[in-house]
Amino acid sequence: MTPTRVSKHHDDDHDHGAHQEPGFLGFVKRWVFTTNHKDIGTLYLTIAMVNFLLAGAMALLIRSELFLPGHRLIAPDFFNTMTTMHGLIMVFGVVMPVFVGLANWQIPMMLGAPDMALPRLNNWSFWLLPFAFTILLSTFFISGSAPNYGWTFYAPLSTKYGPPSTDFMIFAIHIMGMSSILGSINIIATILNMRAPGMKLMQMPMFVWTWLITAFLLLAIMPVLAGTVTMMLTDRHFGTSFFDAAGGGDPILFQHLFWFFGHPEVYVLILPAFGVISEILPTFSRKKLFGYHFMVYATAAIAFLSYIVWVHHMFTAGVPIQAALIFMYSTMLIAVPTGIKIFNWVATIFKGSITFETPMLFAIAFLFMFTLGGFSGLMLAIVPADYQYQDTYFVVAHFHYVLVPGAIFSAIAAVYYWIPKWTGHMYNETLGKLHFWLSTISLNITFFPMHFLGLAGMPRRIPDYALQFTDFNQIATVGAFIFGFSHLIFLYNIIQTVRGKGKKATKRVWEGAHGFEWTLPSPPPYHSFLTPPVFVEEASSHEAWDVSDHHEK
Amino acid sequence: MTSHTKGSYYLPPPSKWPLVGSAGIFCLLFGLANWLHGNHFGTVLFGIGAMLIIYMIFGWFGTVIRENEAGLLNNEQVEKSYRWGMIWFIFSEVMFFSTFFGTLFYIRVYSVPWLGGEGIGDLTHVLLWPNFVAKWPLLATPNPNEFTAPHSVMNTWGVPALNTLILLTSGVTITIAHWGLLKKKRTQLAIAQLATILLGISFLIMQGVEYGEAYMEKGLRLDAGAYGNTFFMLTGFHGLHVTLGTIMLIVIFGRILKGHFTPAHHFAFEAVAWYWHFVDVVWLFLFIFVYWI
Repeated sequence: MTPTRVSKHHDDDHDHGAHQEPGFLGFVKRWVFTTNHKDIGTLYLTIAMVNFLLAGAMALLIRSELFLPGHRLIAPDFFNTMTTMHGLIMVFGVVMPVFVGLANWQIPMMLGAPDMALPRLNNWSFWLLPFAFTILLSTFFISGSAPNYGWTFYAPLSTKYGPPSTDFMIFAIHIMGMSSILGSINIIATILNMRAPGMKLMQMPMFVWTWLITAFLLLAIMPVLAGTVTMMLTDRHFGTSFFDAAGGGDPILFQHLFWFFGHPEVYVLILPAFGVISEILPTFSRKKLFGYHFMVYATAAIAFLSYIVWVHHMFTAGVPIQAALIFMYSTMLIAVPTGIKIFNWVATIFKGSITFETPMLFAIAFLFMFTLGGFSGLMLAIVPADYQYQDTYFVVAHFHYVLVPGAIFSAIAAVYYWIPKWTGHMYNETLGKLHFWLSTISLNITFFPMHFLGLAGMPRRIPDYALQFTDFNQIATVGAFIFGFSHLIFLYNIIQTVRGKGKKATKRVWEGAHGFEWTLPSPPPYHSFLTPPVFVEEASSHEAWDVSDHHEK
Repeated sequence: MTSHTKGSYYLPPPSKWPLVGSAGIFCLLFGLANWLHGNHFGTVLFGIGAMLIIYMIFGWFGTVIRENEAGLLNNEQVEKSYRWGMIWFIFSEVMFFSTFFGTLFYIRVYSVPWLGGEGIGDLTHVLLWPNFVAKWPLLATPNPNEFTAPHSVMNTWGVPALNTLILLTSGVTITIAHWGLLKKKRTQLAIAQLATILLGISFLIMQGVEYGEAYMEKGLRLDAGAYGNTFFMLTGFHGLHVTLGTIMLIVIFGRILKGHFTPAHHFAFEAVAWYWHFVDVVWLFLFIFVYWI
């Protein structure tokens, strides 16, 4: 089909790069006041990387303490603050920002838009985060311990018995929540309003779809978290008894509210990952995504179900058995849409002409290991079995399998996949493959033994353990150090690519890549599409794109 | 769904307001946390934060209004972005209130009856507080030594019913103002807008009177057990939103007097009207579930 254009006038001469005044002040002003989606995307990705190394270092401290039984390296309370902050920072400071960063870079380009719908709001969503993390990290310097009750900060550990720093954590969470809400509003407005002429919702790239659904999840749950931590605050300082039975409240109410936020939150962490995988697998299989419509419906179904499964985190907390059973069934139901997705991904690569560049390697690792994490999730969903597994290392193994090779690997795959587009240079493929093999092998060395530890009864969040758990803990610790340090290769590779060390990237970058972002030069102009491109659909294909070179000058 | 643009989408230049806002919120909340722990610089920081936020609100909204008057936002697609933004912001506010309504329902339907010995609560009842009788309103807490319950609660058909009437009327007056705007009857617009503001202020005054009565005469306080907790949390956050809504209405009134808004282009007015209706609907739920049944 012949590509046509809606508007013929060229505003390309407006399409200059960032305004940056000379000197250090100019540099700071450019990044602090920016309203550009690419700049803001870069900022998000940077803060995610910094937090990843920070929270990773905390994980290595935890693993060092667990290398041998007995209290050896760090004080038990400090160990508790490490598990708490590792979880909080990984969730709020790494996985959420990295996907918002990818959304910022990619969604306007994928939709053929000039920028995000509300660029100033976009800047605000980001610049709230450094302030929030400043408050969160300030808790390490407050007397009476940093938050030490786990990332779930259950009442009454965090209310009646919480250290003074708890209030600082509460306010940090308020600010992070604000950032997420504003970011989601912006993403929804962008997707609903900024699509290129001709692109219908059911023709959007999967990454955009998954983010649309994720943004709705965030909008519905972040206010609930904000309300919940507000009740914690009033319980702590203003004499309320929301989470105190002595006044008619209930500590279990805290768990209900937290997990009403917390369960959809885990889908917030994984749905954009699904989107990334749905972009990468077709490119390197040189086939279109199998069952696009079902992928969209399955994502929506997962999002809907995620609202009605939260009690599966509380089976042993004392909920009525009827409730436990209902939530067991709704939880197991999630396996159906997830199964559809896994099936479609496998069908996408089936009989494709596959090449194994680094993003594809990570995507395939995702496919196997995320599925493994899904299976242990099914085991945990079964009420009587959960009585055994609750609060053991089996749970730790489960959610690390879905989050590390799930969310983190897909984010890494996304960076390898899109960084040639962003920077105009290829990354170092050899180092990328080395990073892949080191991290994939060490990840399994770290987390696989945790299944056995948990089934044998080792509790989580305890700095000491019985002697018979020593071997597997030592294996896990060795794996964790290899895993942690393997990411320095990744960091080095990114820095070298950004500095322009790799060979020049073409516009399309990958032979099998489809979509608007690949019609722009690499690196793309500062404002992606000032003249909207035209979306052209070929007969019986949702995957066909206008691949004309019209944006070339 | 996709709009075709005439002229390009307005991309604002770099702006300092988001950073001012972030720094303001940081100072406000970091100050508040320190204040709660008796660090005296906390109060100062809190004040600085509040001033920064007010400065940001003036500056940011001022910028948008100037851009709008300069015709930069007069683009169908830009306006749609603002619309979607406001709609989903209100949705997030709805979810915020849902948290407290959910808490109210949980406490009334589950935790109080369980503490009274029903369902899975039989052992808790026997072992902890065998004398506790589950009733709503909660006029005796399970542990009266720790949490003193109110001796009575607000009378539904007094001030609360009047406040319901006030807010519903204000919903009508803002619609009359909207009609005036659409039909270019500027006097009708201004008078009806002023009436809405006055109704909002009277609601707030009545609410203040009611709070005074609750604290002074009925012993109904924020810390008076689960009833007081949910009562003040829900009505308090609602009152805060009415206050914000009234301030927004006043800003719009000022802009009306300056001759802003045309029948075709008046999104700011509509956004505030939506917000006002949202506050109105929340009140209806409050009236039914907090005051009435």
